[in-house]
Amino acid sequence: MSVDVLERPDVAADNELVFVMLTVAGQTCGVPVAAVRDILGEQAITRIPLAPPEIAGSLNLRGRIVTAVDLRRRLNLPAPPDGHKPMSVVAEHGGELYALLVDQVSEVMSLKAEDFEPNPPTLEPAWATFSTGIYRLKDRLLVVLDVSKLLALSGEA
Amino acid sequence: MDDLLADFLTETNENLAELDVALVTLERTPNDEATLSFIFRLVHTIKGTCGFLGLPRLERVAHAGENILGKIRDRALSVDPDIVSQILAALDCIKSIVAHLGATGNEPAGDDSALIATLNATASGQSAGPAAPPEPTPEPAPPTIATPTIATPVAPQAETIAAEPVAAPPSATPTAAAQTIRVTVDVLEDLMTLVSELVLTRNQLLQLARTQENGAFSVPLQRLSHITSDLQEGVMKTRMQPIGNAWNKLPRLVRDLSREMGKKIELTMIGADTELDRQVLEFIKDPLTHMVRNSGDHGLETPEERRAAGKPEVGHIALNAFHEGGYIIIEIADDGRGLSIDRIKAKALANGLATEAELLAMSDDQIARFIFRAGLSTAAKVTAVSGRGVGMDVVKTNIERIGGTVDLKNKPGHGTTFTIKIPLTLAIVSALIVEAGHERFAIPQLSVVELVRARKDADGVSESAIERIKGTPVLRLRNRLLPLVSLSELLALGVAASDDDGAYIVVAQVGTNMLGIIVDRVFDTEEIVVKPVAPILRHVTMFSGNTILGDGSVIMILDPNGIARATGVGAGTSGNDSKQIGVAATEIPHSDEKTTMLLFRANGEQKMAVPLGLVARLEDIPRDRIELSCGEPVTQYRGKLMPLVPISGMHDPDRETQSVLVFADRDRAMGLMVDRIIDVVDDRLTIELGGARPGLLGTAVIRGEATDIIDTGYWLTQAARDWFDGAAPAGQDARQRQVLVVDDNAFFRQLLVPTLGAAGFLVTAVGGAVEALRLREAGRTFDAIVSDIDMPDMDGLAFARAVRASGPWASIPMIALTARAEQRDAEAGKAAGFTDYVTKSRREDLIEALRGCLSDPAFQ
Repeated sequence: MSVDVLERPDVAADNELVFVMLTVAGQTCGVPVAAVRDILGEQAITRIPLAPPEIAGSLNLRGRIVTAVDLRRRLNLPAPPDGHKPMSVVAEHGGELYALLVDQVSEVMSLKAEDFEPNPPTLEPAWATFSTGIYRLKDRLLVVLDVSKLLALSGEA
Repeated sequence: MDDLLADFLTETNENLAELDVALVTLERTPNDEATLSFIFRLVHTIKGTCGFLGLPRLERVAHAGENILGKIRDRALSVDPDIVSQILAALDCIKSIVAHLGATGNEPAGDDSALIATLNATASGQSAGPAAPPEPTPEPAPPTIATPTIATPVAPQAETIAAEPVAAPPSATPTAAAQTIRVTVDVLEDLMTLVSELVLTRNQLLQLARTQENGAFSVPLQRLSHITSDLQEGVMKTRMQPIGNAWNKLPRLVRDLSREMGKKIELTMIGADTELDRQVLEFIKDPLTHMVRNSGDHGLETPEERRAAGKPEVGHIALNAFHEGGYIIIEIADDGRGLSIDRIKAKALANGLATEAELLAMSDDQIARFIFRAGLSTAAKVTAVSGRGVGMDVVKTNIERIGGTVDLKNKPGHGTTFTIKIPLTLAIVSALIVEAGHERFAIPQLSVVELVRARKDADGVSESAIERIKGTPVLRLRNRLLPLVSLSELLALGVAASDDDGAYIVVAQVGTNMLGIIVDRVFDTEEIVVKPVAPILRHVTMFSGNTILGDGSVIMILDPNGIARATGVGAGTSGNDSKQIGVAATEIPHSDEKTTMLLFRANGEQKMAVPLGLVARLEDIPRDRIELSCGEPVTQYRGKLMPLVPISGMHDPDRETQSVLVFADRDRAMGLMVDRIIDVVDDRLTIELGGARPGLLGTAVIRGEATDIIDTGYWLTQAARDWFDGAAPAGQDARQRQVLVVDDNAFFRQLLVPTLGAAGFLVTAVGGAVEALRLREAGRTFDAIVSDIDMPDMDGLAFARAVRASGPWASIPMIALTARAEQRDAEAGKAAGFTDYVTKSRREDLIEALRGCLSDPAFQ
């Protein structure tokens, strides 16, 4: 995945928003492109003992230390199969860089505002907490993730 | 704020700091022309510049100050402390106006006419009283004074003033108008970050080059490496500042202190030009100020006291800074009265930092170190000068935060010396890379004392084999018992501790304690750039930061202080080796909860146990050290004779050493001779069979085996008749009643729990009335309360009144337990609501009293 795709404007047209599309445990999700700093392939991650379970470890991004957050664990999803190679979506939160480990980052898409809907009330609480709403795509649904909520981890966990 | 004003503020702030120092010098040497003209010129500069910038209020105050200085220069006035105080008052006024300017960009409104009138009166020769205090200027919120800038290369700040084309600068300051430019700290910080990255990249390249035999790159790479090192050194230099910058407030502080307290204090500062990183400097500024203030306030005596003690009237505070092996050492010494060990002891007891038994086992130095613990201020009264709630514990925490250590030497009657050891810079440290549980970690070299390879000889024993006391690893290192902690267990790395044989032990110094950290492998040392961990990981105190190694991987940096805290070593109370076996006996003893007990064998193979909290120390006493006194065995212990009592009625004279459990209370100690110490266990202490013979409380099942619980009280009386009045434990016909024991003395709590337990009561013990009332709020109910009278915070009488006042406990029987048993005290106790009054030493009376009131129909 090259980074230059991210240099597209945030807002493609007046009523369109641009999202980075990713999958986690089979579910398609979107993150507003403005919130994304980098997209990385598989990285060497150093385990951090005694850290909260959502913290997968830390990695070196061009000389900066980035804390890796396992999105599956954050969303209470089952662990990935063995040999799974996660990709990282790097975002900033409170002046610190974090890498969200996801299964796959696929593409960048502009989505029409009229396709947006709030979360259905029956959405699982783990998802409802971290999602701002749903986009109806042709063949599937896309859950919009709230990056700042995902990264608002309390140190006491 | 325009640039001109910002420059003015920066310069004025520096000048003001200089002025404080110079004025104090002038007070001591009133005829020093150079200092006087230096001061005059600084004030003149301030006045001149603010006239130019249109700051009328500042100008008027500076002008009045300059007037007096002019008169002094013309010898129309002579320097005396009152005049210096007036000039200092004018400076304080200028400082507060400047601070406000820095925060808002405008002069604050205010009227300084009283101050100016006083100054003018003095200038015109009328001897006015002490300077009128300047009208309080509305304090600007945080005193953020412009953008902080430092001069590069850092030179004594007087040099910037030397640019003024006025007269020759005073002889004390260098004359060369060095070419300096001002650079904001941010630029330097950014440079430092970039250089750090460059160093890491260089290391990465070097590592790559090592694997490839490609000659074309090796020469330029070598050059790049050298230049990088030089660059790193150069950038580091820009951040270095003389420690004198942190000291320049101190002469003024000490002067004010001595006037305020009526003490005569002389401050000596040696090594003010010792350089250290400005980041470190910022960190130690406040701790240093606090320590000097402490020395002056608490350490030094009044002139009368000093005369009476045969010392010169003038007290001395000496600051000394020097480099030593990559660290900077700062000593703060005073020749005052020294720390009062007795007061510290009393405070430590009152605040529950240690039990009397623990204190007895400590050396004076160990006790003195309690001043570094939170909640212990030895100042009997809070003065305006110190005792503002910032204690030495904060000083210690601040110094440890930057990887430093602080220690003290106390000579009662002759003074106290504090020694601070801090790294020169925080940015780059040398660290040892180790591996545990397949993960690598960095340990700062500062705390590593030595490395030991654990190995066994063919016969399984050797000097450096890891031994275990019930799974707790220890190492015998040059005749000392070193507590060990396994890194992979501590960090829950999920890898079973590998065979001890072949493991490495990193011996780390934590404060004054040593701790061995067991790791699987030891690699190299590496220069690392410490980066703070992400906020979400801040609660893991085992790490002080993280970094990127030469190979590009991220690694966590271990904090030996955090490890020691997590394992309980170095909390300040331990430090004597035999107690390391188990210090964790501080939990509330409750006969239904787990108690830490020491298991030993005596009387042949009989297993016996005693609550560990009651035991002060474990000793192995060589046969030849046991002597006879009146036919009874004794040994010389800490300069006193300690009676030894054999638990089995006789001791075996063939053994080379004798295992002894030492019990101590206040100034007495006795040793109980046992056959062998087995283990320390945590188990429920429920005495199932009453004591069949004196000396035993009864038998309990501990780890599945019948174990006799010894009655400590009985053995204490065997050693000294008057320790308590001896008492055989009562039978166990009482119903299982809940009794709450409230006593601030952990020794008695530990004693009462098994005693009352043996008498058939279910006992809960707490260390204070407040804690007891918290249990009431939590809805706990008891059949009776036994409470001490003399307790800190809330005494027994107030506690009884609080219990009787309202709530579910209002009508349960309460028994007062006290050392004093006079009729008057008993009446006061009854008036407060106690049902009965019992002397502490008479345990059978207590049990009688408890049974009495529990069978009293009034309480049914």
